[in-house]
Amino acid sequence: MSSAISMGDSHSEDHHHLGFIRTYIFSTDHKMIAKQFLVTSLLFLAIGGILAAMIRWQLGFPGQPLPFNLGAILPNTMAPGGIILPEFYNSLVTMHATFMVFFALMPLMAGVFGNLLIPLQIGADDMAFPRLNMLSFWITPVAGAVMLASFFVEGGAAGAGWTSYAPLSTSGEWTGVYMGQILWLVSLIILGFSSITGALNYVTTVIAMRAPGMTWFRIPLATWSLFITAWLLLLAIPILTGGLILLLFDQTIGTAFFRPEGSGEPLMWQHIFWFFGHPEVYILILPAMGFVSEVIANRSRKPVFGYHSMVVALVAIAFLGWIVWGHHMFQSGMNPFLGMSFMATTVVIAVPSAIKTFNWLGTLWKGDIHFDTPLLHAVSFVALFVVGGLSGIFLASAPVDIYLHDTYFIVAHLHYVLVGGSLFGIFAGITFWYPKIFGRMMNETLGKIHWTVSFITYNLAFFPMHNLGVQGMMRRIYDPNQYEFLQSLQSTNTFISKSVFVFAGIQIIFAINFLWSMKKGKKSGDNPWDSNGLEWTCPSPPPHGNFAEVPIVYRGPYEYSHPDREQDFWPQDEAPVDDLDGPEYTDPNESTESNDE
Amino acid sequence: MNLSWLMPESVSTFGPALDNLYYVILWITGIVFVVTEVVLVYFIIKYRHKEGRKATYIEGSSKAEWIWTSATAVIVMALAIYSKGIWDTIRHPDMFPENAYELNVTAKQYEWNAAYAGSDGQLGTSDDIVSRNQVHVPVDQPVIVNLQSEDVIHSFFLPQLRVKHDAVPGRVWPIWFEATQTGEFPLACAELCGLGHYRMGGTLIVHSKEDFDIWLSEMQIEAEDDE
Repeated sequence: MSSAISMGDSHSEDHHHLGFIRTYIFSTDHKMIAKQFLVTSLLFLAIGGILAAMIRWQLGFPGQPLPFNLGAILPNTMAPGGIILPEFYNSLVTMHATFMVFFALMPLMAGVFGNLLIPLQIGADDMAFPRLNMLSFWITPVAGAVMLASFFVEGGAAGAGWTSYAPLSTSGEWTGVYMGQILWLVSLIILGFSSITGALNYVTTVIAMRAPGMTWFRIPLATWSLFITAWLLLLAIPILTGGLILLLFDQTIGTAFFRPEGSGEPLMWQHIFWFFGHPEVYILILPAMGFVSEVIANRSRKPVFGYHSMVVALVAIAFLGWIVWGHHMFQSGMNPFLGMSFMATTVVIAVPSAIKTFNWLGTLWKGDIHFDTPLLHAVSFVALFVVGGLSGIFLASAPVDIYLHDTYFIVAHLHYVLVGGSLFGIFAGITFWYPKIFGRMMNETLGKIHWTVSFITYNLAFFPMHNLGVQGMMRRIYDPNQYEFLQSLQSTNTFISKSVFVFAGIQIIFAINFLWSMKKGKKSGDNPWDSNGLEWTCPSPPPHGNFAEVPIVYRGPYEYSHPDREQDFWPQDEAPVDDLDGPEYTDPNESTESNDE
Repeated sequence: MNLSWLMPESVSTFGPALDNLYYVILWITGIVFVVTEVVLVYFIIKYRHKEGRKATYIEGSSKAEWIWTSATAVIVMALAIYSKGIWDTIRHPDMFPENAYELNVTAKQYEWNAAYAGSDGQLGTSDDIVSRNQVHVPVDQPVIVNLQSEDVIHSFFLPQLRVKHDAVPGRVWPIWFEATQTGEFPLACAELCGLGHYRMGGTLIVHSKEDFDIWLSEMQIEAEDDE
């Protein structure tokens, strides 16, 4: 701790002496680490997208060779003559989810925005443990390399689903995948340390390093959501890591934790996995809720409607996330009484979710809404999260879940939350904070083209999946036409696949905009969005050490369009004109929470 | 393209109740969906930036928070209570029908084996009759299926009977249903179980009671002939 503090103090003298390697590669600067996470996780997002496109090729055009002569690149163990094999299909399904969940969305949320925003929004010069932070980043490419390597070993990559249900995952005897499954486990065990070290940093930084006057209820919602997410990471990832190690033992040294031979219990794996897995779902969505709250308040030039209830709802969702895991197992076999208690806790999550949704609507109400790209993505998040939330009610109802479980209804639901929700939230976040990261604005025209096509094709791709599920189509099946009752769904599947291809393809526009604007974008200045947060008071991009002097916080982050002011925003660190009569004056030396209300 | 929100025809006794619950949720969520999205679109059009507009400074409303918090809570708890009744009918051990015909279904990569009591009237004995990828049951009579697996987890899915339950190795899970129509209905595996998962299909054959008895006795004779 003492080294962290002294390091923070010496930032301003340090940064001139750092060479290329310490500045760009082994950097301890939270903003550089955020950029490193940004680049790597966007690459993994692209890999996950390519795998998704291959899945959709098989479902849209079953048994036809891959287009553009891709078959020539892929070995015969994956796609002989370009025709995807069933075992490769299972690997595609597994690795698509694995890359998206663990290597794209998680690092985009926590790695990128946790690193970028937490110190800047609370007025700190860096993370509490900068070197631990550097370690947290450098673990991810190692884990990613191991995961990617599994495609090239004998038997191919893991094919037991991202949930790796035992006993399918315990032995290559069942899947034909030996080494790939082991590498999958090893990679995720390694990656867990990245999340744990990162989360430790975020939690400590928020608790210990807030600027004077930054009381708990003056913290911007993005940082609030990242703080809550960090707690979930800190508590959930060790559980997953423990489970993965036990599963690795089952595979390699013949233990029987989850194998029925030797009195292991396959369902125990599901309990461990989902006890981690449901908080994980909130790890993937809560930060996006935070970004969206910031963007909607800023672009509507209004305070967040019900700031306190927004914080309480975040905490409530995070808490409830720990007691609902059994709803993933309604049909796995469980005591029906237990099923009912999981159903009761699950439906209660609708309450904080509704609070958040209605508060976003309340924030837009009577606002002065600026249709910039971040706002379009943020509003899309709300529109699509509503769909994902409502479809969750079907699945929360245990009897309806009997029919819909493991069908495409689930696939629709989870993609509405994780793509419609998380990914659009990430787009809102990237487009909003891009000028702070790179000092330049993204191109607005390209941004709007990307948003328009993405929003339309996204819905064309994923909305009909609800209907597939209602018609009974199972998930993770290589060729639905094997079943006579699913043959009539082929045209829907083909339509979905075409929409996915356009959705995936248009992301190239985003990539071009992202790279082009870095060098050629319009210079943004410190505060292009007329925002109140502390991150907008330092230069864009912020220098090593962030703030020239420690900022003093006088008010909450969403004082937009205050009636007493000419200007429609009111930075958190702007000293009141009259110290004693300032509407929300706080003695900067007194960092208690008492004067918040 | 099939974009229907209607479930396929149900042919089990609890099917209509489950379907009604589904349609109730579909209506409620459908209305909430339309209202929320319409309000969202209305707001972003009505309050879009214009020269001279200034946003109204509103920090929130406790009254509004209370209204939508309690309204949501009441609706979802009501749905939970409604769901509980149907869940209990299907899964509660005390609600399992007593006069049920009992058979075993054992899953393995990538097939379903159904076993019926042979001439001794006992399941699990050497004279059991086995049918592969075909599950034969009588109509209008409750059936208890003891689900088992020999290797990995599979999921016994009869879409039109609104039945789905995992077959977990090392365990026997009893489930029940009662078919209301004779005919052939799809049986599918709903849990990823390996590279042949996608073709682990079968058929549920619902006979009239007389036909079922005839089928069973024919199978018994066949089995005895083989010995």
